[in-house]
Amino acid sequence: MTIRNAIRDHGQRYRPRMACLKKAEKVVLEMQDPKTGVKSQPQRLVITTIPHAITGEDIIAWLAGRFQIDTQEARNFGSMLVALGYIYPLQDHKRLVIKPDASLYRFQTPYFWPTQQWPVEDTDYAIYLAKRNIRKKGILELHEQEHYNRLHKWMNHKWDFIVMQAKEQYRAAKERKKPDRVVFECQERAYWVVHRPPPGTVSAMDYGLDRRIDPNTVEMIFTQQSIMRPRVKSSVSIGALVKYCATYKNHDPFLLKCLPSNPWLTDDATYWTLNMPNVEIPTKMRVERWTFSFGELLSDPRGRNDFRLFLKKEFSGENLAFWESCEDLKWGTAATMREKAEQIYKTFLARGAPRWINIDGKTMEVTVKGLKHPHRYVLDAAQTHIYMLMKKDSYGRYMKSPVFKETTKKAICPEEHKFSDNQLEQNARNRRPSLSPIILRQMEEEQKAKMAANVDITQVMTKLSQQGKEAPPPPPRPKRN
Amino acid sequence: MCDQTFLAATFGPCDSCGKASPLMNIYIKNDAINYCSFCMEVMACQGLQSGETLASLKKESDSLKKKLEEERGKLNDIELHQVAEKVEMLGALSIKTKRLLKGHGNKVLCMDWCKDKRRLVSSSQDGKVIVWDAFTLNKEHGVTLPCTWVMACAYAPSGCAVACGGLDNKCSVFPLSLDKNENLSAKKKAVAMHTNYVSGCTFTNSDMQLLTSSGDGTCALWDVESGQLLQSFHGHTADVLSLDLAPSETGNTFVSGGSDKKANVWDMRSGQNIQSFESHESDINCVKYYPSGDAFASASDDSTCRFYDLRADREVAVYQKDSVIFGASTVDFSLSGRLLFAGYNDYTINVWDVLKGTRVSVLFGHENRVSRVRVSPDGTALCSASWDNTLRIWA
Repeated sequence: MTIRNAIRDHGQRYRPRMACLKKAEKVVLEMQDPKTGVKSQPQRLVITTIPHAITGEDIIAWLAGRFQIDTQEARNFGSMLVALGYIYPLQDHKRLVIKPDASLYRFQTPYFWPTQQWPVEDTDYAIYLAKRNIRKKGILELHEQEHYNRLHKWMNHKWDFIVMQAKEQYRAAKERKKPDRVVFECQERAYWVVHRPPPGTVSAMDYGLDRRIDPNTVEMIFTQQSIMRPRVKSSVSIGALVKYCATYKNHDPFLLKCLPSNPWLTDDATYWTLNMPNVEIPTKMRVERWTFSFGELLSDPRGRNDFRLFLKKEFSGENLAFWESCEDLKWGTAATMREKAEQIYKTFLARGAPRWINIDGKTMEVTVKGLKHPHRYVLDAAQTHIYMLMKKDSYGRYMKSPVFKETTKKAICPEEHKFSDNQLEQNARNRRPSLSPIILRQMEEEQKAKMAANVDITQVMTKLSQQGKEAPPPPPRPKRN
Repeated sequence: MCDQTFLAATFGPCDSCGKASPLMNIYIKNDAINYCSFCMEVMACQGLQSGETLASLKKESDSLKKKLEEERGKLNDIELHQVAEKVEMLGALSIKTKRLLKGHGNKVLCMDWCKDKRRLVSSSQDGKVIVWDAFTLNKEHGVTLPCTWVMACAYAPSGCAVACGGLDNKCSVFPLSLDKNENLSAKKKAVAMHTNYVSGCTFTNSDMQLLTSSGDGTCALWDVESGQLLQSFHGHTADVLSLDLAPSETGNTFVSGGSDKKANVWDMRSGQNIQSFESHESDINCVKYYPSGDAFASASDDSTCRFYDLRADREVAVYQKDSVIFGASTVDFSLSGRLLFAGYNDYTINVWDVLKGTRVSVLFGHENRVSRVRVSPDGTALCSASWDNTLRIWA
């Protein structure tokens, strides 16, 4: 048996999860100002008159004027005020929205505002339901009846108290004047629609999970650090942020139409096909991004391949290979870390290593020392050194190289799609699924295995030719399933 | 590229316990000390020393905080909106719902895009996690977790696995399979174990490591294969609600935001808290890096979104409007970083001009709170998840 804790503290003494409530109150108070607030009028209800009724359209107009927003937003804001219980509808009281017509609403009395000092308890709800039952049997709706039965069961021990309270409140209400009584009944009913919403409706009071209380600790060690932290002038760093926006402006599909067309807009996936990770011929826009920064070039698999090709021609491919191995070490699984570190040392760092990389003495010393107790960041210093080397030296030469010029020349610039309405409909009907990433990964791994086999043969042959021996016959190709 | 990208991580014997581990380099009263993250925690939790009272410590802390603000102010020579005056205005945006993903039976709490730009994973309050091809609206995989409130879900970079967690205090990784009859729960791997709910998770640059944030006030880095805790991050004094990994290639940092109104930037290698920002007035629900990695944005219950510059070490913009009074629960940048999409508790998504600080558009459509917005990896669309049980793709 779980005891559901229905007590929600919306006032949130120590941490305002519903900080919007205080702000909503300010707005509602402004709306009720006799001079500058929303126009109100008395409304006739059979014999009685309900004072200070306001129409939906007036509320929306006032909000639109006060906040300088358009009608749709004003309507949304108004609906939220109703959903929170600050304004309630007189007709159709279960739908907590603002209707942009002459539907009538009233301001809820502060007694029933959600930020009051007491939480909304089940006991009060039970009293309310009992009271309505006394007034007229059978008036409770289905979900209210269900609540009533449930509360009757769980609160059986205090049911006498509840019935007594209900009778007291009923009697006290009868002594009021009819208009006051009608108004109070409306207000109370509205309050409970907000806090015990009918099933299938959205409740604005639902804020999800509660968060833990925050203990207070004194943070000194950290603040001391922060003071000594190196900073950059605002003009420099903000300038860089603005420049980034300007550089990428034409590549942002929300700001400039992507070519040939945005797949989400035209249901044509050509854009994705042309920009696959390892496509043979890249688009002009993609190649342009490689020129923005070295990081962009490396993070695009097609760009990295191009760069790799260039480095191979320059016989400095070991730098990129080393960098990739370091990434693999850093982000790889913990189990194979030790072996990977050793392998990298043997291949790139040891004296006489087959793919020896050129790093300065100090970095080499630190790295070799670290390798005695390998951890995933042991090659960080060396990796950073090589990265900066590639960025400052190789990257610049790549941009001027024939490899890059060739790629740029071959890059395509697709024509913009111009679909007619009929064609768009057809596209929507012909949406095709794409290859699952699982299959793509399988294909990649097969590709890698093939390449690895080739490299092995090449290395063996190079070694043998260096030793002046004849090359052995190539081993038989591994059988494929 | 961020300055701290190249912070050398020292590794060696800790000054206090002698064990070899990644070290945090800090200053105590101008003395440099190098402690491992565990000893640092112990030191931070020490009780009052002789001659110290809670009041005196508080006073010292306040004066240090004031000094920090002074230092930050010294290099503050221009504001963002001043620099942005020279930038041209944005044209009118026309963003509409292009897809409506229906299928969850309860509030959708989280979603994440796959690197292939069209698939996504979403998780909901009833424990269901669904992998969709958003382009065709096909549901490709479905898992039911034994817990409710699955608040965190992430797609692996390879596209072959998803991670999710929530009220079960765990974050589990599910390898995806093409076999329709296979029960994905059978191959589930429980990776992260926290002492309170898991609020956010993300894979690092590979499928092998998982970064999680939790209601127990910590973030942690895990090895997926073995479930080993690689590094934990202590510093928040309340629930950590969100985290985001820095986008740069050699980046080793991430930012987290919590209920203590702080947004902290961490070094993943040593567990050190590098920077901290405390300018929100209420819980920070979401943090997201600017595409260049030199700044980040945060969304808070105080109905504002703020923009922080990491190199200048300060807040440079506040995105607020007096007609927006409801808490913001999620933010994301467009590809160029010019637009900031923020989902709010009044069921709308506001689109802000990051540089000029003005609002350019409001997106209506959801019928309950927007719990998560994410721009697709190639920037062509925005996906929003909501408590109205649906997800919408906007373009």
